[in-house]
Amino acid sequence: MAVVFEATKGLTGKPFHYCPGCTHGIIHRLIAEVMCEMGILEDTVSVASVGCSYNSYEYFACDAVQAAHGRAPAVATGIKRNLKDKVVFTYQGDGDLASIGAAEIIHAAARGEKITAFFVNNAVYGMTSGQMAPTTLLGQVTTTSPFGRDASYQGYPINVSEMIAPLTGAAYVERVCLTDYKNIMAAKKAIKQAFLAQQANLGFTMVEFLSTCPTNWGKEPLEAMDWLKEKMIPQYPLGVFKGEDIDFKKVEADVKAAKEGASA
Amino acid sequence: MAMAKVTFNDDLCKGCGLCVNACPKKILELDKERLNNKGYHPAACTDLEQCIGCAFCATTCPDLVITVER
Amino acid sequence: MAQKKVLMKGNEVIAEAAIRAGCRNYFGYPITPQTEVMHYMAKKMVEIGGNFVQAESEVAAINMVYGAAAAGFRVMTSSSSPGISLKQEGISYIAGAELPAVVVNIVRAGPGLGGIQPSQGDYFQACKGGGHGDYRNLVIAPASVQELYELTVEAFNLADKYRMMAMILGDGTLGQMMEPVAFRDEEPIVEPEKPWAACGRGGRAEHNTVTSIYIQPDDLERKNLELVEKYKIIERDEVRYEAIGLEDAEIVIVAFSTCSRICRNVIRQAAEKGIKVGMIRPITLWPFPKQIIRETAALPNVKAFLDIELSAGQMVEDVQIAVKGQKPVHFFGRMGGNLPMQKEILDKIIAIHENPEKEALD
Repeated sequence: MAVVFEATKGLTGKPFHYCPGCTHGIIHRLIAEVMCEMGILEDTVSVASVGCSYNSYEYFACDAVQAAHGRAPAVATGIKRNLKDKVVFTYQGDGDLASIGAAEIIHAAARGEKITAFFVNNAVYGMTSGQMAPTTLLGQVTTTSPFGRDASYQGYPINVSEMIAPLTGAAYVERVCLTDYKNIMAAKKAIKQAFLAQQANLGFTMVEFLSTCPTNWGKEPLEAMDWLKEKMIPQYPLGVFKGEDIDFKKVEADVKAAKEGASA
Repeated sequence: MAMAKVTFNDDLCKGCGLCVNACPKKILELDKERLNNKGYHPAACTDLEQCIGCAFCATTCPDLVITVER
Repeated sequence: MAQKKVLMKGNEVIAEAAIRAGCRNYFGYPITPQTEVMHYMAKKMVEIGGNFVQAESEVAAINMVYGAAAAGFRVMTSSSSPGISLKQEGISYIAGAELPAVVVNIVRAGPGLGGIQPSQGDYFQACKGGGHGDYRNLVIAPASVQELYELTVEAFNLADKYRMMAMILGDGTLGQMMEPVAFRDEEPIVEPEKPWAACGRGGRAEHNTVTSIYIQPDDLERKNLELVEKYKIIERDEVRYEAIGLEDAEIVIVAFSTCSRICRNVIRQAAEKGIKVGMIRPITLWPFPKQIIRETAALPNVKAFLDIELSAGQMVEDVQIAVKGQKPVHFFGRMGGNLPMQKEILDKIIAIHENPEKEALD
């Protein structure tokens, strides 16, 4: 028998501190697998953000920079502008990206920075124990919306992918989820496409992962997945919001040719 | 001889149950008889003969517990 | 050999100096009275193939600085007081992650939105923290356009040498003034290797992480103690100041940057009245020239100190610590963007000469 699935070398192997059933673990692994499969582990710099994944640099085996809360896209800009031939990605939660970091993500996208933002949307603030996020659903109970999110008090959730996609500088924006094998593999494909678009200098790329937070939703992991399917997907539909017309097979071939041409 | 094999690194398991739900052959379960060093009931395969090596379990596992051979 | 001199504006000289120091990254945001730094960079940095970004805010700009520094590249930002306030979080991160960076503050009067005229009211912010946590910044106070050039180049070398932020603390007067500058043919650039930079593993055995987070108290304390040791070395080796006429001075002025320029004339005027006035002009505000002030306070000829600032009195607290009660310390300041008149300072000197203890600070 041959091994068909084992732990990727794109991760350091340090056991994840994430909660049981937290989708951070799946997303980390997918990104790490893609880095290895694309042969870019040695040429990637990740930018960690503030949230449950504040120490993502202890898990990803690539070089990494820790950023202040919300500022990862600006930090990534400073890195990528100097390392144009490397791949740079941010890894951010909904507070980091859509609340305190709202200006940074919009402007990085508007400027068409050749970076990839991985946006982990679990509709709540995880690390700080369950406060309302910009992506919290109406009616959702959190520690700062204890009576359920009420539009008259607390406004409406933000659909980040739909907000970023129209910016001309944004080249590829897709929203995915991790509820089953098919969706996990689609998420992995989205990660690869985002990196390819970055390598081809098409512009800013973002993948939004609908994610569970069993602990702060007060649900068992499987229950949480069901809630995601029932409640989050209607608010945050899956799909490609920018770059539907990109021919990724061609992009991949072009990137490969450019690399070979450069090393020839 | 079994078509495929899954191995569990017990001490990484957090007993989340995602793999149990993902398995199309329904041959995984959380072993209520055992506790790993984290205090969780680790996932295990109840009938290796049935395993088809689809790796749905390993793919959905957030903690890289499972290795799959085929 | 006579060096050719060019008449240039202070703000533009800062930008030119950075480029000459090998800086190829500028991230900024417009704010009066430093915007010329950014305009110069918008053109020159692009012309030489460097990176220029007008960021969405001063907050974003300092984080772009942090990113470029983390990747191992020389980088600068400039702003003015309210913008520097915005940058404080980023500055604390730069200190914690031990990154080299140059930040220019062309100080304007505050607090709050304040005015756009010059001030020295950011001394506390620059030298005593500003951001959270235990850290220090190298703070350099040029007093002429020539010094803006030479000290900005030096700032990059110091920032790289000690892996920390070096701040050029100017003010609106200095930034706007035009003076002749003699540029060197070759700059004394000292750029060390940066094996710690996060720039792609490229086959390294371990991946590099640039971070300031240490969750375990013992780890964080160890990190803080390392910083403390570093700062001790800087306090020992990098103090810079100018001393004028201390050997026979009766009154010693302590003033930096724009105030020190005004005081040079006052010293001459006081001499004409038979009052011997000397001056200690700090060039580094941190590390503060504590030792020279303390030694001067011990001189028998020195009767009092007079600290002059464009503020309600910030550096004067450090002067008092340095003087250590040996002699009375006086203060004179103007605020809101006003500059002290020579006559005002001279009147104060005459009063101190007549009674060194009267109206001295507590």
